[in-house]
Amino acid sequence: MKIIAAPASLDERHFDSVFKGLAEAQGERVLVDLRHVRWVDPFGLVGLLAVGSVAARSGEQPLLQLPDEPEVISYMTRMGFFEEAEALYEIHGPKRRKGETRESDVLLEIMPIRAYDDVHTMVERVNERGQVILTSQLHYPRAQALQFTTLLSEVCQNIVDHAEAGGWVATQTYNLTRRPPGRRVVVIAVMDLGVGFRASLSSAHASRFVDRWTDATALEQAFMHGLNRFHDPHRGQGLQQIRRNAARWSGRVTIRSGTARITEVPDWDESPPLEEDLPEFPGSQIGIILPARLEAEAPPPVRSRQGVRR
Amino acid sequence: MNTGPEQFVPHSIDLSALVRRSVASLYSHLVTRPMGQALRMGIESQIAELGEFCVSVLDFTQVIVLDYSCADEAVAKLVLRYQRDDRPSNAWFLARGVSEQHREPIEEVLSRHNLALAAEVEDEGFTLLGAATEEERDAWHVLQQEGTLTSAQAAQLLGSGESHAASILESLAARRTVFRANSPLRYIALATLLTRPGGRSRD
Repeated sequence: MKIIAAPASLDERHFDSVFKGLAEAQGERVLVDLRHVRWVDPFGLVGLLAVGSVAARSGEQPLLQLPDEPEVISYMTRMGFFEEAEALYEIHGPKRRKGETRESDVLLEIMPIRAYDDVHTMVERVNERGQVILTSQLHYPRAQALQFTTLLSEVCQNIVDHAEAGGWVATQTYNLTRRPPGRRVVVIAVMDLGVGFRASLSSAHASRFVDRWTDATALEQAFMHGLNRFHDPHRGQGLQQIRRNAARWSGRVTIRSGTARITEVPDWDESPPLEEDLPEFPGSQIGIILPARLEAEAPPPVRSRQGVRR
Repeated sequence: MNTGPEQFVPHSIDLSALVRRSVASLYSHLVTRPMGQALRMGIESQIAELGEFCVSVLDFTQVIVLDYSCADEAVAKLVLRYQRDDRPSNAWFLARGVSEQHREPIEEVLSRHNLALAAEVEDEGFTLLGAATEEERDAWHVLQQEGTLTSAQAAQLLGSGESHAASILESLAARRTVFRANSPLRYIALATLLTRPGGRSRD
């Protein structure tokens, strides 16, 4: 059995070690060990679901050892993680409290996206609670808060339009102690287990690039130049709009697909804009961080080691 | 084609109401391409019932969220279809109730198709959305202010030669952002057509 020890911070910046562990398993049964996890964000939670799905393809159900930290388990419960995870993992660890009330500050619990109807449901859910959170906590004007919903809609439609497989979306707001320091942010994670950018764009565009057609090239062409699988020059606006809106809000967008990752890097971040030769993982994994508007900064958070949820 | 404004049928479409009929329970959130396609088909079928000449008002007043995919299908492809020579009927479009959250997706999808659309925008009044030159915008605004103009009158107001003003107005008419009436030749703002008495309206 391959044991994958999850890092203490299970977020977009640290999740590659889990992907790497899975790539090394090479069909062995997998145990994802979360015992030392002290912090998990929507990317980490949705990533665990993606890893569980891929691990199960080997024919043996993967195992999940829950964190020692009750607060982390409580958060996983509030985000609706176990509703999805129980179908994927054999779960071990501390007893979870059933029916724990979900807190109203969760912008959007983990939600599966399989069809356009799911996008409509997601939009309605985000508008029920999200507008209040985005206007009161992130100080976005109402019109911009509504544009946030548009952004989420586009990013989730990408799953339906391009992935040829299902995925998940989740979002949450936090006060982060680092990058961007002391600012309240909304974190969005969208993942699918589909064909990935390279395969999705391949039939329409690969021939032009010959042997330069890699995961990195496909990501660049989709994210920077709006290429898409359809032979319609008027489509492919979704990622472009996501990038444009994120830049307007000084946000960070990262898309990982196959063995590459591309990042729209804001001035508060130092991530490389393009990374290659990462551990192979199917589908696409999108992480978005949007900070609160600077001119109306939220009060300073109560600090913990990594950050504070409200 | 010998046409005058008296032949027009004003036609107002409350998009959120149409969605209620087209796609149950999804009313005020206009998202996804399939929803945009359903909307466009609904609008086209309403226009078909109204006959040959029609100014169709696309009312966004009740629309909360409009995404780019839906806007591309419901607005850009609709305008594009009625701009082509093989259009199903003579329809012109005017957007109403456009606020900040709608404006960006509408402008974006129109610009991508090199289209323009007359619109009444919150806090701004009537304007031309999408792709247009500065000269086209100036001429459109002058016509919108005056209601009806000949090319000579437009030239005087724009401070240009008559043939130049005529070519700009012809371009606006070809893009169906103004109405070109014959006998005598004149150009009419779409909003003016809507306020003319005697027209049938259908909300």
